[in-house]
Amino acid sequence: MDGEQCRCEGDWTLDGIEALDLQPRAIRWPAGELWLDGSGIQAIDTTGALRLLNIVAELEQASRSVRLVNLRLEHEALLDLVRERRASAGAVPPPPLVRGALERLGRRVGSHARHAIEFLAFIGEAATALARLALRPGRFRWRALFGNIETAGVHALPIIALLSFMMGVVIAYQGGQQLKFYGANLFIVELVSLTMLRELAPLITAIIVAGRTGSSYTAQIGTMQITEEVDALRTIGIRPMDLLVLPKLLALTVVLPLLTVFADALSVFGGMVMAQVMLDVNFGDFLDRFPRVVTPTSFLLGVGKTPVFAAIIALVGCYQGFQVRGGADSVGRHTTVSVVQSIFLVIAADALFSIILGGVGLWR
Amino acid sequence: MALNATSTDAVIAVRGLRTQFGATVIHENLDLDIGRGEIVALVGGSGSGKTTLLRAIIMLLQPAAGSIHLFGQEIVGIGEAAAFRLRRRFGMLFQQGALFSSLTVRENVAVPLREHTRLPRQRIAEIADLKIALAGLPADAGNKLPRELSGGMLKRAALARALALDPALLFLDEPTAGLDPVSAGAFDELVAQLKESLGLTVVMVTHDLDTLWSATDRVAFLGEQRVIGYAPMRELTQAEHPLIRAYFEGPRGRAAREQACKAR
Repeated sequence: MDGEQCRCEGDWTLDGIEALDLQPRAIRWPAGELWLDGSGIQAIDTTGALRLLNIVAELEQASRSVRLVNLRLEHEALLDLVRERRASAGAVPPPPLVRGALERLGRRVGSHARHAIEFLAFIGEAATALARLALRPGRFRWRALFGNIETAGVHALPIIALLSFMMGVVIAYQGGQQLKFYGANLFIVELVSLTMLRELAPLITAIIVAGRTGSSYTAQIGTMQITEEVDALRTIGIRPMDLLVLPKLLALTVVLPLLTVFADALSVFGGMVMAQVMLDVNFGDFLDRFPRVVTPTSFLLGVGKTPVFAAIIALVGCYQGFQVRGGADSVGRHTTVSVVQSIFLVIAADALFSIILGGVGLWR
Repeated sequence: MALNATSTDAVIAVRGLRTQFGATVIHENLDLDIGRGEIVALVGGSGSGKTTLLRAIIMLLQPAAGSIHLFGQEIVGIGEAAAFRLRRRFGMLFQQGALFSSLTVRENVAVPLREHTRLPRQRIAEIADLKIALAGLPADAGNKLPRELSGGMLKRAALARALALDPALLFLDEPTAGLDPVSAGAFDELVAQLKESLGLTVVMVTHDLDTLWSATDRVAFLGEQRVIGYAPMRELTQAEHPLIRAYFEGPRGRAAREQACKAR
């Protein structure tokens, strides 16, 4: 009948347990059969019940015989509920997070290779969609195209104007310092015009558009992917490729060359302002020399590569959007990847253009 | 026994509430009292402001006028620190679950515990696992990401997170919507069981007539921008108001009542 009695007292609630755990005390249990008296328990919640049952389990593991007595009826009910549910809980530990270096390397290579192949497949799919469109142009979604042209092009004008003007000023300033030293002030025209028209204006424009528009493509398609809007389009019989990708792709191929011409003009203007302020080359002299040193080829080569940049930005942006799975963090991750990859590919393509064009002798 | 429905000890007291979005008034001069240990459902037609009322009570939405007392404390214009302390005392189950998509289910349940307590990691994991089991999920669900769960499991995982801090007050927004009848029944039973053993107060928005009949103590009917009926189901279905009659007198409403009377 009689074992050693221990009274449980106070609030066996989350707050109480927290206080208990912050000041851990070793309990010295008396020998013999233990009776835990629950009549002093004021309040108990599931956390408290779990703690009480854990104490009992620990004691029983040390082959002690323990009985819970004098519990209030509703406390008993809660303990039963927790006891029953605990049996099925926590049997599966979280999988180990740390992997071997070799395994990590392998997984990364594997996933990069898979993504490269999938991206090629995506380009192919876009090309077939484009071919289908060429055969039946009546089905094209003009509204989506013009909407995209407005947001990607017209709305980008102020930022591109500002940045390319500043770029022209900076290049003229840096180059002008050197030219002034040699008294070759007039060569500022070649310096600014060729650098800008051939390389910098197309590149700067493409980078701004990748950050501004490419990222928004990924975020838009990614969110539609999560909310099952993409699936809804498919079930209605609209190809996501036709509605979401082609208008964006075509809009950007139209817009990026135009934006580049705009950036050409503004950056040369920036150079002109700097030339007048710093090198005493006035607008008249500048504009007089400009057509004699800058051939149309230079201009056309600069603008000519931008449709390729546009295709890269649009395709990467859309592809990453379709890769989104699950939730919000996936949208963020793929948007980042989209911007990084499109800028990387644009610069890589630009380098490739330089090599190829140099190879065929189109230096100027 | 937990205190019964006649208790005057109000956990939630709403007085003269007015909420509006722009020019659209959702509630006007709305009063509502919910006692300790009650299970109360908010019902009403679509757009009658059930979820909006819930959001006002849990401090996600600032009302345009009126007062709301939560655990006896005024929450209209409440300070940050006081709001944080109050938030520890209630749990909310969102309609779509609203689990954090980058965290596993176990980590999701652990978030409130980490934020509000200084318990050691091991203890938090243990408590989280218990909550996951309490919500009726299998043990291996703890390691899964929300996107790997079915709709019903998502609801249960969200319930586990709402229960993480052993709140005295639980808000459920459409808890059984999208669940199969067996799971929905089990969910009702679980809520009743938790109420019995924890003395939980539950406020839910639901359209599930079976839940209304079997799991609630009182039902507040929202319409015409206020509460037009507030009574146990049996009395509410006898009410004369045309909106309430239209809601419960449809074929579904009648079938659920017959079912409930048979069961009784």
